[in-house]
Amino acid sequence: MSDASRPLVTARPDDTGIAARIEGSAIGDTVYRWLTAAFALCIPILLAFIAFEIGSAAWPAVKAFGLGFLTSSDWDPPHNVFGAAPAIYGTIVSSIVALVIATPLALGVAIFLSEFAPPWLRQPVAFLVDLLAAIPSVVYGLWGIFVLLPLLRKYVMPFLAGLPVIGDSALFRGPAYGPSMLGAGLILAIMVLPYISAVSREVLMAVPRSQREAALALGATKWEMIADAVVPYARSGIVGGIILGLGRALGETMAVTMLIGNVHAISASLFAPGYTMASLIANEFAEATGDLHLSALMAVGGALFVVTLIVNAIARWLVWRVSREARV
Amino acid sequence: MTTPGIARPIAPPPRPPSRGRGLRPSGVQRAAAERTRTTLGRRRVVNVLMVGVTCVAAVVATLPLVFILGHLVREGASSINLAFFTELPKPPGEEGGGMANAMVGTLVLILAASAFGLPIGIGAGMYLAENRGTHLANAVRFLSDVLNGLPSIVMGIFAWQFLVRPMGKFTALAGGIALGAMMIPLVTRTTEEMIRIVPVSLREAALALGYSRWRTSLVVVLRTALPGIVTGALVAVSRIAGETAPLLFTVLGNQFWSTSLTEPIAALPLQIFSFAISPYDQQHALAWAGALVLIGIVLVISLAARFATRSRFGRGGD
Repeated sequence: MSDASRPLVTARPDDTGIAARIEGSAIGDTVYRWLTAAFALCIPILLAFIAFEIGSAAWPAVKAFGLGFLTSSDWDPPHNVFGAAPAIYGTIVSSIVALVIATPLALGVAIFLSEFAPPWLRQPVAFLVDLLAAIPSVVYGLWGIFVLLPLLRKYVMPFLAGLPVIGDSALFRGPAYGPSMLGAGLILAIMVLPYISAVSREVLMAVPRSQREAALALGATKWEMIADAVVPYARSGIVGGIILGLGRALGETMAVTMLIGNVHAISASLFAPGYTMASLIANEFAEATGDLHLSALMAVGGALFVVTLIVNAIARWLVWRVSREARV
Repeated sequence: MTTPGIARPIAPPPRPPSRGRGLRPSGVQRAAAERTRTTLGRRRVVNVLMVGVTCVAAVVATLPLVFILGHLVREGASSINLAFFTELPKPPGEEGGGMANAMVGTLVLILAASAFGLPIGIGAGMYLAENRGTHLANAVRFLSDVLNGLPSIVMGIFAWQFLVRPMGKFTALAGGIALGAMMIPLVTRTTEEMIRIVPVSLREAALALGYSRWRTSLVVVLRTALPGIVTGALVAVSRIAGETAPLLFTVLGNQFWSTSLTEPIAALPLQIFSFAISPYDQQHALAWAGALVLIGIVLVISLAARFATRSRFGRGGD
């Protein structure tokens, strides 16, 4: 008791010791605030620095090729001609393949976990799906080379090519070697699935109870409640999750590099090998022949930086909007 | 209206429900009821069907994990022996050899990355938690999300341009910086979350006892949030431990022992990559073993992080 009251007794207004300590703590507070602010400022500074470093390294190539860099498909290091169109095309196509496969699956998992699954099953299944995100990219690549690609070559590709109508389309034409857009897209699908399902699960769980109860009270079945009341409410958050997955797929490097075949060509067929922006950098950077080659690769990296920045900003904004609405 | 003080009712009083008509269903109502009865069966079938579909989706989504882990164990376990943990990789074609230097290298890289990423991440997280709503905090939070979404290969070429090019050689330091920069956003966000869930009353109690703000933040709040921050740090480490792309052009890899920050260094993911794309079966086997060890490390760290949080919340409930 006497211990607790001691500070009160000593805190007389004329006590110079206390006054000095208060003054000292004010200085300490200022220092502390500035110090943490400096740490916080490191993040924008780092980002700006990355943009500057890559931008300045990419400048020679940007100056030499202009916007044609993005549309030309000539990539000829010995003659110093560079066009990134095949890599950009490959990046987009492999990401689309990944999203087409991963989105329905991820949504299914998210709906199952947030609505249908019994409570004891929720945690373990969510954990297993989240673990997919913990597997290193290079392990996916290793598994892809030795397990996924042979499977694709032997079973999946002949099966797809043999399908009645879509098998004849340009998508599934050409010899089935293994390393292909389809293989890269498939591994990307597995890799982005946990991101999409985690975000979707979160926004689905953020949908207010009243929304569900209202639908059930109107006589909806559980599925109708989900399809008509829950999913529409969470729609923009789910879209945000999908775009977040897109951001991951666009920049994924190792697994794609190991599976896509690394060929500078634009082909409509998913069986054909290709290139992505990230795999182009990974493959050629170490052996870049000249300054312009390096600069061109830097420009590819810069383009990737800008695209993922925009994609992530949109995704964050969408997810943020839903979570804000749910809180109100 | 003109007499003051008498309020006019805003709405007319509710009319008593006329029950007479509701007793006998009209033709329209009967038809609707009939329709409901016939569609209800179909709607229930759809409901059960969709439960099944989402259930299958959950099973399919967990299958890759099972396949990958199963295959890793089957292919990798046979190559894991004492030599794997103690020896250097052998030249191609020779039997035996291990990845000891790569494991040490990964450890060095993790330490270097943590030394760079943790202080900035924790400091920034503390700023975000204590200055919520300010323009700077909002901007930093958004930019940290942007940084989190930055492809790792971009981080790699940045570190190359920033450190490797001026220094004229590949160094472990460049890889550590690249990995550390990738840790920052994750550590920042978890630190912010963990400091936010520290009860305000705790902070107020410390302030009321005469603690200055900065001592309150460091001694009381940070200490309370520490287990959560450690968890966040572990999650960040488990994420960068397996990264390969930022290391390709920064640490390069090394066939020999090296722990120096200013020399090229070996790393487990890099070694797996170079063995995976090599034409030798013996190196493939080592790649599988390396992948098994790498995933073991990553899973152990993430499980440790998970259980650290759980036990903490368990204690908090008492």
